[in-house]
Amino acid sequence: MYGNAQIDSKDKAKSLTEGEDPIKLAEFEARIIRGEKIEPKDWMPAAYRKQLIRMIEQHAHSEIIGALPEGTWITRAPGFRRKLALMAKVQDEVGHAQLLYSAAETLGKTREDMINDLINGKSKYSNVFNYPAMTWADTAIIAWLIDAGAIINQVTNSKGSYGPYCRALERICSEESFHLKYGHDNVVFLSTGTQQQREMVQDALNRWWTPIMHFHGPPDKVSQHTEVLMRWKVKMASNDDMRYRFLDEYVPKIWDLGLTIPDPKLRKNEETGVWDYTEPDWEEFKRVINGDGPCNKERLQVRRWAEEKGAWVRRALLKAESKYTIPLA
Amino acid sequence: MNYNETQLIAIKDFLYKIADDQLIIGHRNSEWTGLGPLVEEDIAFSSIAQDKIGQAQHIYEILHSLGEADADTIAFTRSAADFKSCHLVEYPIGEYDFSLMRNFLFNHAEKIRFEMLADTSLEQLGKLARKYRGEIKYHTMHADTWVKQLGRANEESHARMQTALNETFNLALGIFEESEYAGELKKMGIFEGEVILQQKWIEAITPILEAATLVIPDKNTWQPVYGGRKGYHTEYLEPMLVEMGEVFRLDPKAEW
Repeated sequence: MYGNAQIDSKDKAKSLTEGEDPIKLAEFEARIIRGEKIEPKDWMPAAYRKQLIRMIEQHAHSEIIGALPEGTWITRAPGFRRKLALMAKVQDEVGHAQLLYSAAETLGKTREDMINDLINGKSKYSNVFNYPAMTWADTAIIAWLIDAGAIINQVTNSKGSYGPYCRALERICSEESFHLKYGHDNVVFLSTGTQQQREMVQDALNRWWTPIMHFHGPPDKVSQHTEVLMRWKVKMASNDDMRYRFLDEYVPKIWDLGLTIPDPKLRKNEETGVWDYTEPDWEEFKRVINGDGPCNKERLQVRRWAEEKGAWVRRALLKAESKYTIPLA
Repeated sequence: MNYNETQLIAIKDFLYKIADDQLIIGHRNSEWTGLGPLVEEDIAFSSIAQDKIGQAQHIYEILHSLGEADADTIAFTRSAADFKSCHLVEYPIGEYDFSLMRNFLFNHAEKIRFEMLADTSLEQLGKLARKYRGEIKYHTMHADTWVKQLGRANEESHARMQTALNETFNLALGIFEESEYAGELKKMGIFEGEVILQQKWIEAITPILEAATLVIPDKNTWQPVYGGRKGYHTEYLEPMLVEMGEVFRLDPKAEW
């Protein structure tokens, strides 16, 4: 589950292409215009490789960290049907991490390096997972609406230019669509259930609305840098575009269930066709992404625990002759 | 088939024992999701856990057809004293060596148990036993591969696996705690008994542990940990059950 990659707006557009062979660069861009996929051994600009590694790596981390808030509810899921479904769902998320780490490795960064950067706090993951899943209903809201947001992002990015990432995303999206059905079914049961269940799910929606609105990232600053990444089909849509698509598709469904969205301004402007809403607190977003959210420390601590406790197993698998080699391109 | 009261008690006791083991070990293995030493192992443990929990559900459904409560009520509302699981499955996941060795010892016992049950006179169970063979084959294959790899890889992993075997072995012998209804079950053609199962189990695990250069504790030191089958449990079971039923028990009549 993943919103949208952080793009470093301090990078200058010129530096993205600086030092690159103009003939190779022109051919590369022509291939992308023709709709061809770039494959691991093909020539690519260094900045393209760097941005993709950052993006796929953040996505992979989001999957594995995203397994934690829902994973803690596997042991408490009510009834066999929900327990088995949630286990399978969270297992899928870990499977997505595996696919994505492999996709990122084709660009030359090892899984070990990526995981080290995650637990050292150097690389990021989706901000929403720094919020706690307080009740069973939170897992329902996550499975429905966070996964819905992720599908919008991932379907968009699966039309991008890097072959291995696109192929991983296609597979991920088909699994996520089951998660969304599971989440929706879960929310339907709660919102049409007993008073206690209805209150649980409304409270969960209230808690998660801000993180949901944060999910696709702050409004993009229009910069030459973004333009280059869009031309290279690394970034496929603006954050606001994806947020609008999410609101368009899901707000009516939320209202249909008799739930209230905690934003009195939220409505579709019939004239412009655009959603009006209260901007979520972007200062909070920045604070959380920089480490000061309710669960940042806990999430990384758990991940660190897993890495440290599992180190002996990985050492026992190492063979001198199977040392990783970086692809040539 | 019509059973008299004693026969019915014997059958239910037997089914509870099998299903409770599977539910509890499945639940424990699911706790590895997100915490495994490799993402591949998170995924493997989760698959195995899903199979076990699904199997437990099916066996509880047989119990339901014999007059017990429905599967959800059985699993999510009983207290520890009503469970018949062995102590081996109740322990927290500990580290990967412990969980892996537990799976290895448990899965082999279960594989043989279901082989023995393939032609049981209790037809509903026989059908499931034949179906599960296909699933459990992969559970033992997973455990065998890892036990052999880690037993031989390096000094550290060898020492860890030998320690794990020493720690889990007497607990695993507790799987075979004989039921007071053993004679009844045998007479009805339902199950040949735990003594035969244990013998077959030792025969199955010995060559794999040898290949892993691991040593089964000396027979003179064996001290099977019994009690679970009679409702005496480790201190770990009750808190686990409280957690498992936390949401369900908020309102057992609600549809979740």
